[in-house]
Amino acid sequence: MANVTDKTEVRSSGPRESGMNSFNLAGAGRLLARQGILVAFGVFMIGFTLANERFLDPDNIMGVIRSSAILGVMALGVTFVVISGNLDLSVGSMMSFATIVVLDLHDKIGPALAIPGMYAMVLCLGAFIGFLVGYLKLNSLIVTLGMLSAIHGLTLTYSGGKNMDIADKEGTWFSVFGQSDVLGIPVPILLFALVASVLGILLAKTPFGRKVYAVGGNGTAATFSGIRRARVVFTCYLLSAFCVATAGLLQASRSLGSQNTVGQGLELEVLAAVILGGASLLGGSGTIFKTVIGVLILGFIQNGLLLVGLQFYAQYVVTWVIIILAVWLDIAAKRGKLWSPIA
Amino acid sequence: MSQSTPALRLENIVKTFPGVRALDGVSLEVLPGEVHALMGENGAGKSTLMKVLGGLHQPDEGKIIVSEQLVRMASPLDAKSKGIVFIHQELSLASELTVAENIYLGELPKKRFGLVDWQKLYAQTDEILAKLKVGFNAKTRVGDLSIANQQMVEIARALTVDAKAVIFDEPTASLTDAEKVVLFDVIADLKDHGVGIIYISHRMEEIFKITDRISVLRDGSYRGTLVTAETNEDEITQLMIGRSLDLSRNVNHNELGDTALEVKGLSCGKLYRDISFEVRRGEVVGFYGLVGAGRTEIAETLFGLREPSAGKIFLDGQETRIHSPADAISKGISLVPEDRKGQGLVLGMNCRDNMTLPQVDDLKAGPFVAEGAEVAIFDQYRDRLDIRTPGWKQTVGNLSGGNQQKIVIGKWLSMHPNVLIVDEPTRGIDVGSKSEIHNLIRELAGHGYAVIVISSEMPEVLHVSDRIVAMYSGEIIRTFTSDEVTEDNLIQAISGITPDKAA
Repeated sequence: MANVTDKTEVRSSGPRESGMNSFNLAGAGRLLARQGILVAFGVFMIGFTLANERFLDPDNIMGVIRSSAILGVMALGVTFVVISGNLDLSVGSMMSFATIVVLDLHDKIGPALAIPGMYAMVLCLGAFIGFLVGYLKLNSLIVTLGMLSAIHGLTLTYSGGKNMDIADKEGTWFSVFGQSDVLGIPVPILLFALVASVLGILLAKTPFGRKVYAVGGNGTAATFSGIRRARVVFTCYLLSAFCVATAGLLQASRSLGSQNTVGQGLELEVLAAVILGGASLLGGSGTIFKTVIGVLILGFIQNGLLLVGLQFYAQYVVTWVIIILAVWLDIAAKRGKLWSPIA
Repeated sequence: MSQSTPALRLENIVKTFPGVRALDGVSLEVLPGEVHALMGENGAGKSTLMKVLGGLHQPDEGKIIVSEQLVRMASPLDAKSKGIVFIHQELSLASELTVAENIYLGELPKKRFGLVDWQKLYAQTDEILAKLKVGFNAKTRVGDLSIANQQMVEIARALTVDAKAVIFDEPTASLTDAEKVVLFDVIADLKDHGVGIIYISHRMEEIFKITDRISVLRDGSYRGTLVTAETNEDEITQLMIGRSLDLSRNVNHNELGDTALEVKGLSCGKLYRDISFEVRRGEVVGFYGLVGAGRTEIAETLFGLREPSAGKIFLDGQETRIHSPADAISKGISLVPEDRKGQGLVLGMNCRDNMTLPQVDDLKAGPFVAEGAEVAIFDQYRDRLDIRTPGWKQTVGNLSGGNQQKIVIGKWLSMHPNVLIVDEPTRGIDVGSKSEIHNLIRELAGHGYAVIVISSEMPEVLHVSDRIVAMYSGEIIRTFTSDEVTEDNLIQAISGITPDKAA
């Protein structure tokens, strides 16, 4: 017994471990803190439902999920990057790049070649970031922040600054990804579900997934266990780029035309969804399922705010207030109390 | 020791956590000018008791009395203001700030307009540093100091308040022998000034060297107080674990097999030079030397973490190069690293996943991890190593140090290595687990493993090794068989005193 419950005797008696030993919140309060995000989500859902009965309308719900799909697919890839202990702030501008490229190639070489061509180019970008962060061990915040700008410039150079449109919008099958239904379910939702399932299994069930957690949890220990850390980080960025390319495909297919800035700002929303899902920015924790929940929470809150008549621009403010609250609750749950003088 | 009233008295402290009675009526009395050792296995309640004293936990029952005043420690700051000062094992200094800023952090002397009075700050600090006879000054950046000197800064910080009692928690864990001497001088000095000292350590030699009395905890309860001068290791160990320990010299040699590992003329820049040795199957070779003698660096080279600048490595007689840890593992070399938490374990992961981490690529059912096989491996090594955990789902960070170390050892044993290197296998581990790990190392050699043990503890090296390699400043000074070795010639060898080859 004494050995099992050794929380009480973490070796250094330094105050850092005190969060583990604190039982300041009673059971119910503790549950609230732990599930704070879901509880807050529930409160919002009830509030929105009372405020506007259209909120729970099946069409509205389907609409929310559908419009969350693009952000959601991107969040799946970023989940891998975050669990491996890194950041990816380049996904927004990379998504713009993917959209512009696939639309441009569509008219030049046809959709059947445009899609693999676009995937190849986006994967190259992902490989480049993966090389810088994984093999050269550069700080991922700096690298991906730089790439955010660099890829934006690349997109503008590629398009000459002009919007990109498909010439014959009626006569192409390219719109199936963004606009059609299968068995009454919109294709973007199906694709989101498919990618989420595959990546969810990859992360939870395969040796690679295990290594992602190990590298993010303690990179040094992972190296000492014979895990090739650089390769794992590199692969995470490749996965992220793959997801971005898929999001770009959905976006291009839905609108068949696009501005150069279509993905601008999405990197933060994606990160917000991942954090709302409960992944730690320090790495080592999070799951695909939680990220999907995070994506849906974000989507429903934004939709609900619109339905209760909040001005569109005010949404940015409210969304971020909610996200910051969520992060606070999350940290509070780990500490076991709402406020602590130490981290 | 003066016969005055106690500097600090804890009476019948009770502290329970859900499901555990962590402290069950513990009492402790520290006199002014006394060095009082607090001993017990990991999990015995030492840290909890100190957290109660330091205001991090509130006791359920019991009294804390400082200089005959009944007090309540509301917070760490409160404890400090009442004269209870902690010197932590893990230091809490701001490495980018100067020594003076660190010492007076939070209470910097001020001039008008709230500006810092630097002159006064440096003068005050240098005054304190002069008392400690240290080799750095108030303006030194803390990050440029050695760990020992950083500890001196912590101690200097303790001296700025009117300390009634100072608590040292494993202060020598990362100190060299020379640095220990300085620390012990400081403790003696505090003692002369009538400060009561609580000294927490697992190291018997230190306990006997500097303490006056010893109080022992076991399983959260008080087991007794001994006068250091009138007791011996055996009696303390009996109190701590309820049985006595065998730390005699190793005399049982296994039958030796072929040479599993041979190293010839291995060098790595300035870290170590011209290292040659061999390890045979069934043999335990101990590497003994001071911190920084190059032992860990040799282990890291053999494990593919460092590129040697010269020399050859032979595995089973075949010359080989080791490019990475993954490469080392595939060639049958395993390393139990010296920093358990930093290098050995992913603390947030569960026991099973930690244990099977190096072989997760090999444990596959189709494309997936074969979780059943993983659980089987975990169960096997949990039983074999007697790892105490409720189950494989337990997060490793919640286990005691000894059980954590067994997870790391299990992780590498399950790889069935030819060569097992263990670096500081029992650092920070209580005596009970220590002897289990020692027995295990001997047992492994008995099963035909070639084992290298790196240790800074002489009794440990003497107890487990068949041969001992003594290193000093990057070079092998001498290799002893366990018949030749004595404590004296071993100390001479690792201190750089020219060895008498004939001895």
